[in-house]
Amino acid sequence: MTTTTLAVLVPLLPFLGALAGLLLGRTAPGFARPLAVLPTLASLALAATVAARQGGGAPVDAATELTPTGSVPIELALHIDGFAALTAVVVATVATCVQIYSTGYLRDDPRYPSYAALVSLFTSAMLLVVYTGDLMVLLVGWEVMGICSYFLVGHYWETPEARAASLKAFLVTKLGDVPFLIGLFALAADTGSFRITRILGAVAHGGIDHPTLIALLLLAGVAGKSAQFPLHTWLPDAMAGPTPVSALIHAATMVAAGVYFVARLLPLFEASQAAMTVLAVMAAVTMTGSAVAALAQDDIKRVLAYSTIGQLGYMTGALAVADRGAAVFHLLSHGAFKALLFLAAGVIIHAAGTNSLAAMSRMSHLRDRVPDAYWTMTVALLALAAIPPFSGFFSKEAVLGVAEHVVTGHTEHAPAAAGWIVLLAGLLTALLTAAYATRLWLLAFRGSGTEAPDHGRQPLTMTTVLWVLAVPSLAFGGFAFRVLPDWFDGQDLTPTLTTSVLGTGVALVGGIVTYATWRHTTAHAARVPLGAVAAHPEDDAGQVEAEAIASHEPAYGDVAYAADPSDPGRLLLGRLHRHAAVGFHLDAVYSALFVRPVRAGASLVRFLDREVVDTYVRGAGTLPRWLGAAVRRAQTGNLQTYVSALLAGTVVLAVAAVLVATGA
Amino acid sequence: MSTAATAGALAAGTLHRAAESPGFLSPTGVEITFLLVGLVTLGAAVVTVTTRQLVHAALWLVVALGGLAVEYLLLTAEFIAWVQVLIYVGSVVVLLLFGLMLTRAPIGRSPDADSGNRWVALTVAVAAAGALVWVVVDAFRTTWIDLDGAPSGTTEVTGASLFQHWVLPFEALSVLLLAALVGAIVLSRKAKAGSERGAKDTAASGTATGATRTRRDQEGAR
Amino acid sequence: MHLAYPAVLAALLFCTGLYGVLARRNAILVLMSVELMLNAVNLNLVAFDAWLSRAAEDTLHSGQALALFTIAIAAAEIGIGLAIVLAVYRNRGTSDVDRLRDTAEGHDPDSDATGRALPAPAAGEKAEATA
Repeated sequence: MTTTTLAVLVPLLPFLGALAGLLLGRTAPGFARPLAVLPTLASLALAATVAARQGGGAPVDAATELTPTGSVPIELALHIDGFAALTAVVVATVATCVQIYSTGYLRDDPRYPSYAALVSLFTSAMLLVVYTGDLMVLLVGWEVMGICSYFLVGHYWETPEARAASLKAFLVTKLGDVPFLIGLFALAADTGSFRITRILGAVAHGGIDHPTLIALLLLAGVAGKSAQFPLHTWLPDAMAGPTPVSALIHAATMVAAGVYFVARLLPLFEASQAAMTVLAVMAAVTMTGSAVAALAQDDIKRVLAYSTIGQLGYMTGALAVADRGAAVFHLLSHGAFKALLFLAAGVIIHAAGTNSLAAMSRMSHLRDRVPDAYWTMTVALLALAAIPPFSGFFSKEAVLGVAEHVVTGHTEHAPAAAGWIVLLAGLLTALLTAAYATRLWLLAFRGSGTEAPDHGRQPLTMTTVLWVLAVPSLAFGGFAFRVLPDWFDGQDLTPTLTTSVLGTGVALVGGIVTYATWRHTTAHAARVPLGAVAAHPEDDAGQVEAEAIASHEPAYGDVAYAADPSDPGRLLLGRLHRHAAVGFHLDAVYSALFVRPVRAGASLVRFLDREVVDTYVRGAGTLPRWLGAAVRRAQTGNLQTYVSALLAGTVVLAVAAVLVATGA
Repeated sequence: MSTAATAGALAAGTLHRAAESPGFLSPTGVEITFLLVGLVTLGAAVVTVTTRQLVHAALWLVVALGGLAVEYLLLTAEFIAWVQVLIYVGSVVVLLLFGLMLTRAPIGRSPDADSGNRWVALTVAVAAAGALVWVVVDAFRTTWIDLDGAPSGTTEVTGASLFQHWVLPFEALSVLLLAALVGAIVLSRKAKAGSERGAKDTAASGTATGATRTRRDQEGAR
Repeated sequence: MHLAYPAVLAALLFCTGLYGVLARRNAILVLMSVELMLNAVNLNLVAFDAWLSRAAEDTLHSGQALALFTIAIAAAEIGIGLAIVLAVYRNRGTSDVDRLRDTAEGHDPDSDATGRALPAPAAGEKAEATA
């Protein structure tokens, strides 16, 4: 088979699997698991084959016109370069891991078939986004991912948190998608094509009339999808979905779609200095803010969610300094270790029966209950904190190195201001990242107090996947930074000495300070008893997690926050802690900016409808009723009056007809 | 009534003017006779619909129908004139008189012969008369009927056309008469519970008139 | 003879009959007025037949034939009409047209002096329906 055929099959297989899963889910539940795992596995193999054949050489391009549209053509096009090939491999890998993990995680869930089918559909859409060479087709995948995310976040729709979160995720991303769509149209209007290759050709020849406008419009969609400030608020709330969904969609793939999109069209963004600066500011605000917020979260998954936002900030930062190689490098390594973090967190939540770090810090021996999760999570946290030689170190150093490169004026692609912003924010974030990673590890695994309950070993499907993902978290970076430039633009990704020392230094400082603080505060833990665990610890993991999320607010007063004096984050952040825990009140800002005006508008419309429009409607009903009452009086029952009226009318009509006929 | 009479006089005046229009002779004898008989007929009709004595109304109706029979004769429709006399004057009016008696209509003046609808009725009738007369005069002001030559309405001519061209409708009409006969009987029998005698009377008279009518028609046609 | 003479006479007779139909209270008088209207039509038919048989060489004599048919139908009509009037009179005790108002809006059979047979069972049914 040709590479093109293989590449077409990659998104097609999970799509067919999803279709079959949705159709057969009810009638043949026994097929649900194979139908979920096998197509994804096959598409992983195919994606790997495609990557091997492409091999970082010339991009594979193939296109067939869908239908003549009369204006800008829409084509089913493939554009596979090194970025696409490798991203597809990571997506397929994570998707396969998540599908396997889900078979254990949701083993007793009655809605598993539809869940698995939606995950497959999501995978297919993501692969479509990765491979496609046409922006309209990309948009299709983009929106399919959005709707899948909506359904999957709302998987536990019995809980109000999940319902609210799914709606929020959908609406906030749509808020970005509208300008995104307009931007796509503007782009097509300028270049006359939706094909990425042609657009890039037009950019190279300066054929774009409004680069800043288009880039900013597109950035709105990217910010929504990739959870960048100020449209990131949906991602922490989306943790109300099942953990594998968080791992797949909200850590490794969908949120990376925005970054990937910018990486594909980077020359377009480079054409506008303003857009690059905006991108840099956005990245800086996102990464520092989210890192501070992550330090204050109590829900283990929300910590990881904010950490995801921050790491995505690194990627957009790399793009802001015009190096997509570093961005996609970080995307790849982050996809692996963040998926691992989430999946391990799912295991921990199942074992502990709670998602609250405060409650976990009051349990001893939790690491003995889940040794696999303990070790793999340690690896992943070290990768997250960018400690050498874990993969996160290399990718993050690539980003910081590029920023330093720009600062020192070695490139003309990006403004030096952007380089400074990204570099400083990146270093600050590295410090904070190490701090919250340490905090997470200490609170989750070094707790003291009553012994954690023993539910027996976790399912093999879940633990195996953890080890599979631990391998790239451990070794991918060190192995890849030498090879990847061949696949990407050819820019060097080797860590530079300055940034390595600086980055590792601040990371170590963050970790050590957190450890010291923890040593200081942990004494309080015994004095303040806290914690609530799931009522049905023997259920499957998904059920336990749903209960844990649903019981967090009643137990601690807030979804994200717990009044725990032994939390080192509280001491570190001081007065900032309260604000960081609620995401710096951005939700309140949104509520004031959007929700309340919309509600007010809705109540105004309601008033207009009830009182004004309905008055007309009632009037339209009342008038005929009065007329009817009046006409009813004519209904005397006397035939002679009826006939009189009839004949009078006849006479009038006849006279009128005669007058008309004679032309009088 | 006065209004109707005025309308009649007005119509007559119009006719005179029409007759004097260029190209036409002064009224012939036939026309004068027609006009006089027409006035009588119209007057009788007006009295019929206005008199307060119900039986008188029936008798004035006889005059009006008889006058119409004379008008038919003047229009050379000899056979129809006789049929008019025989059926209307001979049976219909008799039937109406029977009806009046059977419903115990008061003899003499009855104060409430007209309903409260009178003024509306008068308005409609006058408006209709105005419209009709205006249209008819406007349309046929100068049309002349040539009544000379062989009369077009003798029994022979009528019979020939009736049994050559109209034989099928004629037979259909027989069926209609039969249906009317049966209908009259049924209607009368239904009410037997209330007054057996009255029902019998009605049925008898209905049957008798129906039979007479049919026979007459057929005789006349022959 | 001018065609206008019989035509105008017919129109006036027709309107006289019309007035009678609309204004008379006794049903039999209404029937008489109907006869007047029918006769007005007959006069028209005969007059136009006389005109057309010469002016248009019409040999069908459709006017006369139709007049005959009208006479026959009028006779049938008067028979049926009288039968109906008599039936109404027997049931209601009156033949006044303006007192037969059963189709009026809000007509109450109880207040109708002639609806003697109906009220009791009807009221009973109504009570059952509301219960």
